[in-house]
Amino acid sequence: MIVLTDQAFDAGAELTRFSQGRGESGAVVSFLGLARGEAGQAVALDLEAYPGFTEGEIGAIAAVATSRFCLHDVLILHRTGPIAAGEAIVLVMTAAAHRREAFEGCDFLMDYLKSRAPFWKKEYGPAGAAWVEPTGRDLADAGRWDQGARRPS
Amino acid sequence: MARVLLFGRLRDVAGWRERPLDPAPATLAALKALIGADNPALAAALEAPGVQAAVNLILVRGDCALTAGAEVAFMPTMSGG
Repeated sequence: MIVLTDQAFDAGAELTRFSQGRGESGAVVSFLGLARGEAGQAVALDLEAYPGFTEGEIGAIAAVATSRFCLHDVLILHRTGPIAAGEAIVLVMTAAAHRREAFEGCDFLMDYLKSRAPFWKKEYGPAGAAWVEPTGRDLADAGRWDQGARRPS
Repeated sequence: MARVLLFGRLRDVAGWRERPLDPAPATLAALKALIGADNPALAAALEAPGVQAAVNLILVRGDCALTAGAEVAFMPTMSGG
């Protein structure tokens, strides 16, 4: 399930809900991403999505992850709008029969979300506002999955 | 009529986020020329590397015909979440 929300969310409650009723899943992995303060240089973020398009593009990658890592289920909960430093931005959860698939599926999805997902991020700091683009590290992380192998080398 | 949406820095350059165009231009290229005609900075920004267009939520490469009611979005390089 792909959900965009402009409201703060309770990651613990989401994990409880996601884990319930899974007789065949031996592993649930969750990743919670927070807005970093960058030592006072980033006071807040404003994250813009294109409703309809953004969910569609993320959903297409979730489908790829589901078949590539044999996932039983995926939840991606992503904030939009203004986000203060320290607040949660994104929650990704994967369920699979075994932990390796769940870990790798979650890692893959986060690398996609950080580098290629249709969001436009503006960072507000003491020096004003600036648009942010993926860092070299974000792109390199995402590139690890382009080798064709199920696991990055 | 067509509806044009701008995202990210394109919105800052244009000074608007959404604009109706009536009648709808016949093609994506014509629409781009029309919205850039009174704003050279926007015209240049639309040609910047990494800018993508979507018509009715589908990414389009190159030009395409537009039908009445089309929603056209211009998106700069996606920043990720």
